[in-house]
Amino acid sequence: MEKSRITTTTNSMTILTVLNKDNFKIEKEQDVVPFRNRVKEHAVKIGMGLVNQTKLITAASELVRNMLRYANGGEILIEVVSKIRENGIRLTFTDRGPGIENVERAMTDGFSTGKSLGLGLPGAKRLSSEFTINSVVGKGTIVTIIKWKNG
Amino acid sequence: MEKIPILKMGQFLLVTIQVDLYDRLALNLESDLVQMVSTTEARGVLIDISAVSIVDSFMGRIIGNIASMSKIMDAVTVVVGMQPAVAITLIELGLPLSGVHTALNVEKGMELLKNKILVNGEVPDYDDDEQYDNLDGTE
Ligand SMILES: Nc1ncnc2c1ncn2[C@@H]1O[C@H](COP(=O)(O)OP(=O)(O)O)[C@@H](O)[C@H]1O
Ligand SMILES: [Mg+2]
Repeated sequence: MEKSRITTTTNSMTILTVLNKDNFKIEKEQDVVPFRNRVKEHAVKIGMGLVNQTKLITAASELVRNMLRYANGGEILIEVVSKIRENGIRLTFTDRGPGIENVERAMTDGFSTGKSLGLGLPGAKRLSSEFTINSVVGKGTIVTIIKWKNG
Repeated sequence: MEKIPILKMGQFLLVTIQVDLYDRLALNLESDLVQMVSTTEARGVLIDISAVSIVDSFMGRIIGNIASMSKIMDAVTVVVGMQPAVAITLIELGLPLSGVHTALNVEKGMELLKNKILVNGEVPDYDDDEQYDNLDGTE
């Protein structure tokens, strides 16, 4: 992606170790529930508690819906990551859709070009421990979230 | 296509969501419920979501839509059995679900519905023989 047009709202530079990788393709609405189940399996495996699991899966659900709705689908990389004391789940949503013209505005509660609630992006950010969004108009959007097991 | 059954209990409609819904199933439920409130002139809608582990803004909006459409038709909506983790998550997501009444379980929800309808100045008319009419079947 073109460097000058990449917008990053938050960026954390923690040193992470990737313990496990899993890819998931999203092409249709029926992929959403199996994807959420896959994320849940990984979260359960690292011992994440129910509330954090629910927050992670809800954030993931919002982001996957956006991918389907605005970009006709895409791919998600599911990773088990580890930093000094803690394990977590990192999800990277990559699509080759139209991109987002104004990321700051898209991150505002209630902003929607799809006549829906406009809570997906800002809500996913609140529900995640770490949230990064990179979007290039005409190229696509990459959203990365991390939910720490206890975070 | 599978459908979520809607039960008629006296003046109320009862829906139990057993699984995490696919979008189309949820949208069908919304239109079926709204239509049934209209045809049965139900005064209350009770939605049991105790088996639902994820409510995102899409599902939340459907629940809100059911409540506001029902209200236009003079019916009260109560959502029962929301899992605590789901409730906590919804707050952080930023979805207030305003206009939707909630209760701990079906029993408390029924009580709440009856009270709401009484407050609105009408005495519900119960027929004990008619408690579990599934409108999809024949009566
Ligand atoms: N993957 C994406 N590709 C292109 N545009 C997107 C993408 N995700 C979000 N958007 C844009 O950001 C806006 C806000 O998204 P969101 O907060 O999820 O709310 P909603 O989906 O209800 O509109 C969307 O209306 C859309 O314009
Ligand atoms: Mg969205």
